[in-house]
Amino acid sequence: MHIVVLGCGRVGATLAMALEAEGHSVAVIDRNRDAFRRLPRDFKGKTVLGIGIDEDVLRKAGIERAGGFAATTNGDNTNIMSAQIVKVRFRVPRVIARIYDPLRAEAYRELGIDTISPTLLGAGMCRDYLLGEPYRHVDEYLALRDAPRGLARRSGAVPERGR
Amino acid sequence: MYVIVAGGGKVGYYLTKALCAGGQEVTLIEKARQRYDLLQEAFGESVVLGDACEVTTLDQAGAGRAELVAAVTGDDEDNLVICQMAKRKFKVPRVIARINNPKNEVTFQFLGIDETVSSTKLIYSLIEQEVEVADVIPLTALRRGNLELVEVALTADSPAVGRMLRDIALPPNCILAILVRGETASIVTSDLRFEPGDILVAIVPSAAVQSFREALLGRGVPTR
Repeated sequence: MHIVVLGCGRVGATLAMALEAEGHSVAVIDRNRDAFRRLPRDFKGKTVLGIGIDEDVLRKAGIERAGGFAATTNGDNTNIMSAQIVKVRFRVPRVIARIYDPLRAEAYRELGIDTISPTLLGAGMCRDYLLGEPYRHVDEYLALRDAPRGLARRSGAVPERGR
Repeated sequence: MYVIVAGGGKVGYYLTKALCAGGQEVTLIEKARQRYDLLQEAFGESVVLGDACEVTTLDQAGAGRAELVAAVTGDDEDNLVICQMAKRKFKVPRVIARINNPKNEVTFQFLGIDETVSSTKLIYSLIEQEVEVADVIPLTALRRGNLELVEVALTADSPAVGRMLRDIALPPNCILAILVRGETASIVTSDLRFEPGDILVAIVPSAAVQSFREALLGRGVPTR
């Protein structure tokens, strides 16, 4: 499958390498040429210099034949806009946007854009580690937005007695 | 009318000022602290500090009862998200987005934001008007009804030159109103015979501007 990754930061570069190692064809877009240094020398995928909300740039990255698209820049709104363009305009079947702001992530999930919020995942996993509880399914961490009680209630954890 | 202006740069500042002067109730949202302090000096309690892309900020600004949200930050992505949040999350009836890159106008449209303003495009079209010698120049678009008031200057090679108005097939509902010839302006009559250098002011349906142009100036005139 051909996959386009927007943003060659830590997440984008790691994702691109992982997908390539699994034999997928990958194109990475970033507006800063230096960002591509995060990719290994033997990276066989394509690198495209440009902004991810520009349709010409997306086309150059092969979006028209892509089976998946991940928006991983550090700008929530850039990710939201590019994900929508790719989904609506190019009808790519699997599109995911990384969104730090949990409320915005939720709002766009309701609008049909699949989002992942590293904020909730990170905080939720730290919580589970600290309290000695096992890690759980991604969806459960989204309930952490109703913090502080959301996660505990959803997972059915019982508060300790005497507190 | 209750209006929320998102983004307190120069556009947001003057827009808020104009709206206040026009007697509208306005809240201005600005996310940079320093800029916020400055704006508060001018508008007092009408300024909210926060990121207008965030649901909580829009809520705090009273988006639930806003009749119009104008997103005028310098960032197209931000303006898109602000408008979408206002429209979908708060059911604001009318949203307007400022667009910096003219290419994004189409994108905004297919993502559900119909009303956009692009200063780049506006200025570009003004420059184009200066450059083209023989063309139809929009003077003003009437707010409702899709009619445009346009000006057209005839050159020696315009096909209309030498002919009379009644012999020219104008598109339906086009009205030639005023003729400026030399220093004299007069009301157009059907026995007018066109001369090179004539300037005409006309009322034209927006959809017919192109065929109006062709009727008077012929084909081969650059189109916008």
